[in-house]
Amino acid sequence: MGARPFLILLSALPLSGCSGWQSALDTHGPHADSLARLFWIFLAILSTVWIVTIVMLLLALRRRREPGDDPLMTHPGTERRMTIVVSSAVALTALIVMALTIVSYGAQRVLFASRDGPLTLLVTGQQFWWKVQYEDASPARTFTTANEIHIPVGEKVLIKLESSDVIHSFWVPSLNGKLDAIPGRQNQIEIQADRPGVYRGQCAEFCGWQHAHMGLLVVAETRQDFERWRDGQISAAHIPDDPEEQKGMEIFMTKPCIMCHQIRGTSAGGKVAPDLTHVGSRQYIAAGTLPTTRGNIAAWIVDPQGIKPGVHMPLVQLAPEEIQPLATYLESLK
Amino acid sequence: MKKPIWLLPAALLLLSACEREKREFRPAQVSEETDEKIALSSLSAGPSPPSQQTTGKGKNFEENAYHISEGQKLYTWFNCNGCHSNGGGGSGPALMDDRWIYGGSIEHIVQTIREGRPNGMPSFRGKIPDDQVWQIAAYVRSMGRYTPKAASPARRDDMHPGPAEQRRPPAEMNPGGSIPSSAQMPQ
Repeated sequence: MGARPFLILLSALPLSGCSGWQSALDTHGPHADSLARLFWIFLAILSTVWIVTIVMLLLALRRRREPGDDPLMTHPGTERRMTIVVSSAVALTALIVMALTIVSYGAQRVLFASRDGPLTLLVTGQQFWWKVQYEDASPARTFTTANEIHIPVGEKVLIKLESSDVIHSFWVPSLNGKLDAIPGRQNQIEIQADRPGVYRGQCAEFCGWQHAHMGLLVVAETRQDFERWRDGQISAAHIPDDPEEQKGMEIFMTKPCIMCHQIRGTSAGGKVAPDLTHVGSRQYIAAGTLPTTRGNIAAWIVDPQGIKPGVHMPLVQLAPEEIQPLATYLESLK
Repeated sequence: MKKPIWLLPAALLLLSACEREKREFRPAQVSEETDEKIALSSLSAGPSPPSQQTTGKGKNFEENAYHISEGQKLYTWFNCNGCHSNGGGGSGPALMDDRWIYGGSIEHIVQTIREGRPNGMPSFRGKIPDDQVWQIAAYVRSMGRYTPKAASPARRDDMHPGPAEQRRPPAEMNPGGSIPSSAQMPQ
C-alpha cells in the first residue's frame, strides 16, 4: 500500500525528460511532429502486441495438462483450433508489419518532402563545435558564425551537413530527427520551427573527448527579428573606442588567437576555429558549454583544457593583466 | 595455479603500450619557451664537436602518438603545407627527405619554427603556443619516419600522395645534410 505512491512517482520520472528545450517529444516543427506521431503509434501498437503475447504466454504456462493424456495422441478438434489461432496470429503479424510500414512511409514523405528552402545553411561539424555558414545568392550577404543558428519562424530551412574531421551527427530533437555529418560527403536535412523559441541541439554521434559538450542552439524568431539579426551578423566587427576594449583588441591581434580565429573587419583571419566577429551576441561560448559572460570568456581563455579536456583550443600564455581587457573586448563583439 | 602468475606480467606488458598515446591536456602551468642550446653547424673550434644542450622535452613529444597527430592537424591549420606541401617541398624545402639544412633533431626543428630561417621561413614565436610548436616539430620528424613506428600517424582520411608516415621506412640522418645544396662542392 505504501509502495504505490512511490511507484507512481518512479514511473513519472522518465517522462519528466520529455519536455524542455531539447526533447523529441516536445515538438515545435512539422518534421519533429511527424516523428513523434510515428513514435506514439509504434509505441501503442507494439505495447499492445507485447502485452497480448505475454498474457497468452502466461495463460499457456499456467494451464494444467490433464493427467493421463498421451502427448502423441492428436484430437482433430484441437488441431483445427490451433491451426486457426496460429494462422490468424501470423496474418495479424503480417498486417501489423504492413500497416506500420505504411505509417512509417507516410512520415518519411513529410521528412523528405521538398529540398528547396529559401534559406540554406552549410553546417560543418568539427571537433568539438559547429561551423555555420549562411548561404545567399549574393556573396556579400553570406557570412560565417558558430554554434548558434537563427531561423525565421514557419519557414523551411535547408541545412547542408558536412564534417571536417570525424563523423558527427546533427540533432535538434524539437525540430527534426538526427542526420550524420560525414567527412567527404554532404547530407541534407530540413528544419522548420512553428513557434518562436530557443531549441537546443547536440552532436549525436560519438566524436571524441568532448562529444558531450558539442551543443548548438537554434533560435526561431519572426522574419523581422531574423532579418535584423542577419544584417547585424553580416556587418564587420565594431572597432572599439573604449580604451580597455582597444587594449583587448591589441592583445588579440598580437597573440596566437589570430592563428585560428577570425574577426571580420580586422586582420585576424584564421578559419579553423569559431568565427568571433559577433561572439558577444551568442548565448553560449565553447559550443553550448558556458553562458556568454565576461567571466566565462576569461575562464575559457585561462583554462580551456580544464573546462573541455581534449578540445583544440590551446592554453595560451597571457599576463594576468591581459586577461581582463581581452575578455572585455570579446564580450563587446555584439 | 601457476599459469596466471606468468600471465600477469604479459598483461602488464600489453598495457605498457598505452604510454604511446598518453594525453596530457592540462599542463600544470602555461609552458614557457624552453631553452634549447643548439648549434647550426657541425664544425667547432678545437677537436670536440659543438657543445649543445637540450632540455629533453622533445622525447615526450617525439614518442607520443597523440602529440604527433595533433601536430599533423596543426601542420595544415597553420598552413605549413602552403610552402612545404605534404612534406615533399614546394617553395619551401622538402621535409620528408634526409637533408636537414638547419638540423634534423626535434630541438633544431623547434628552433627553426620559433626563430624562422632566412629566405622565407617566418618566425612563429609568440604566434603558436610552445607546446603546439613541439607537436608540429614532432610531426615533421615523423614525415621522414625519424620517430618510432608505433607513434607515427597511420592512414589519413583525405587523399595523400604517399604511404602513411607509419609505413615509411625509418630514415637515417644524412651527415652532410646541414649544408644547403647550393653550397655543396660539385661531385
